[in-house]
This record gives sequence, C-alpha cells and structure tokens, in this order.
Amino acid sequence: MDNFTFRVGMADAKITKCPGKLITVGLGSCVGIVLYDKMTKISGLVHIMLPYSTQSKNNTNKLKFADTGISTLIDMMLEAGVDKRYIVSKIAGGAQMFATKANLDIMNIGSRNVIATKDVLASLNIPLISEDTGGNYGRTIEFDSKNGKLLIKTIGHGIKFI
Amino acid sequence: MNIDKLNETCIDILKELGNIGSGNAITALASIIGKKIDMKIPSVKLMDFNEVQDIFGLADAIIVGIYFDLEGSVKGNILFSLDIESASYLIEYLMGVSVGEEFSDIEKSALQEIGNIMAGSYVSSLSTLTNLDMKISPPAISIDMAGAILSVPAIKFSELSDKILFIETEFFEGSKLIKGDFFLIPDIESFDKILNALGVELDG
Repeated sequence: MDNFTFRVGMADAKITKCPGKLITVGLGSCVGIVLYDKMTKISGLVHIMLPYSTQSKNNTNKLKFADTGISTLIDMMLEAGVDKRYIVSKIAGGAQMFATKANLDIMNIGSRNVIATKDVLASLNIPLISEDTGGNYGRTIEFDSKNGKLLIKTIGHGIKFI
Repeated sequence: MNIDKLNETCIDILKELGNIGSGNAITALASIIGKKIDMKIPSVKLMDFNEVQDIFGLADAIIVGIYFDLEGSVKGNILFSLDIESASYLIEYLMGVSVGEEFSDIEKSALQEIGNIMAGSYVSSLSTLTNLDMKISPPAISIDMAGAILSVPAIKFSELSDKILFIETEFFEGSKLIKGDFFLIPDIESFDKILNALGVELDG
C-alpha cells in the first residue's frame, strides 16, 4: 500500500485530500459509502453495518450506522474545508451472503442497509452518482480522489469501475 | 446482558460450551472420515470487528462459510468457517479427487454436509447440556472474501455490542492442521436463556 492509500475497517471512516485513495475490503452485508467534494477533491469513506442508530441500544459507535455514520463523515469533511453543496456520493455493498430460510422471510440486513443509506443521503440532498449493491457476493472497493472513480473487485463476479 | 461486560464466570462457561460443542463436532467429523482427529483446546475470544476480519490473514482471503439458523427455544445463528486449504484437504480426503480452481457443485454439497454434521453435533451437545430445545436449519454455503462472510456474524453481534464472540477450534488429522472456526451467535434473549440454563447469575 503506498503512502496515499488509506484503509477503512468495519464501522470506521477516513478522509483524504487529493491525491489519495480510500479502500475498504470485504464488504458483505455492510455498505461502503463514498462522499466526495468535486471542487476540493477531498473524499471520505465510511463502512457501515446497520441502518439506524435509533433502532439500536448499543449506538455509541457512530460509524456503525448509516444515519450517524454519514453525518459524522460529513462533519469530518466540513472540518477539512469542504463545502457541503458540492458533495456527491457513490455506494457499494449490501449483499445477502447466505440465503437461509429465515433470511428470505424478512428483508435481509444488506438490503435494509442500502435503503437506509439512500434515504439518509436523499434527506441530506447529497446526490447518489452511482452504486453497486445487492447480489450475494463480497466486494472490495477502492476510491481514487484524483478522478472520482470507484473500483469494485469481487471473487467470481468481475471487476468494474463505477 | 452486555457482551462487553461478560464477567470471568460467563467467559469460562462459554469456553466450556465451546469446548464441549467442538469436541462433539470433531468426533462426528472423525467418524465420517474414519480417522483419528485431535483437537486443540478451543479458544474463546471477544474480538473487535476489525480484528475478526484478519483471522484468516487478509480480509479478502477466500474462505468457506457454512451458515445455519438456530431453531427451537434458542434462536440465532451458527457459522462454521474454514480456510480454503483446509476445505480442499477435507474434500480431497473424503472424495478422493483433487480440487481444482473452484469447488464444483458436488464438492460444495460435500462441504455443506460436513458443516451440517459438525454444526448439528455441536448444537445437539449444547442442547443436552442446557436442556433447551436446539436444532439447526439446513446449511447455506458461501465461498468468498473473509471480510464479507464474517460481516454476517459481525453485524448480528453489532446490534448489541462492539465485539464478536467466537470460538476457534483447531484440529489435526495426522500432521495436517485443519483450522475451523465456529461462531455461535445466539439472539440476545437466547444468550440469557443459555446462561440461565447453566445456572449463571446475571448482573444484567
């Protein structure tokens, strides 16, 4: 990993100036949310696990949830000098890794994470430029702040840029 | 019950459950493959999410995950995971074929069946121990990145805690190390039920 590549873990977030890359590995039912400012090219990535902090008793880790994760990431970016009006987003993940009967009966956590993410972004008026979500496989993603491209790598389902 | 504040007694009990469950699972495996299998004492760990992803080395290392719902009076899930080398070894041994680049459908079925027998044995021994009705659903298999597969138990635990409880079982067939991990993930009420059934005083 070179000096400009930052790795984001589960329930974690990082920001970077340009040039800089943000990576998160092994997104299953979690969702990786990239926010970037097209003007300053400052970018951020948060790896969330659950939809809403309000639905959980254990919500001290703000980065675990779509709602507080996105708002915390925005705060981090604002502190770095970003203008909120220019922030756009790209997302990936939210797969259903195992199709057991119980999983099929209620909406699985992957889909719920994606829906919550989209609702939160919409409520903050942050445009969602592109997404690679759903399916039943893991993803590793890499965002390049130089060109705004999000690389998605999978096992057995190819590689693509969104 | 708060996972983060599990006291020594609870941890010891969970270790013992892990020990007994894994022991039974491995006995079952040994009888399938017709060889003696030795087991290391299982280690029970409370890990941060980010440590869990690295159990198999890199979070994008490919592993086999076999996942079950728990049914009966204890609800929740159990995940049995194997690294690729161990999974290939078991298949090659059981089926007498060398595993190619990918596992074929028959090989995946064989892995599911191995998982089924092991998890079934694990849960049945817990059921006997606790006198609670416990069964497993049919298995679901995924062969994918470790981080993605482990995100499933991680997310379940994350609803209550910032840590994951898992039981690592290493066993040897001859000189060959087969590493398998069990993640027993009871739903919160069921956690309490299990500990209660074993006579543990809960601090709440």
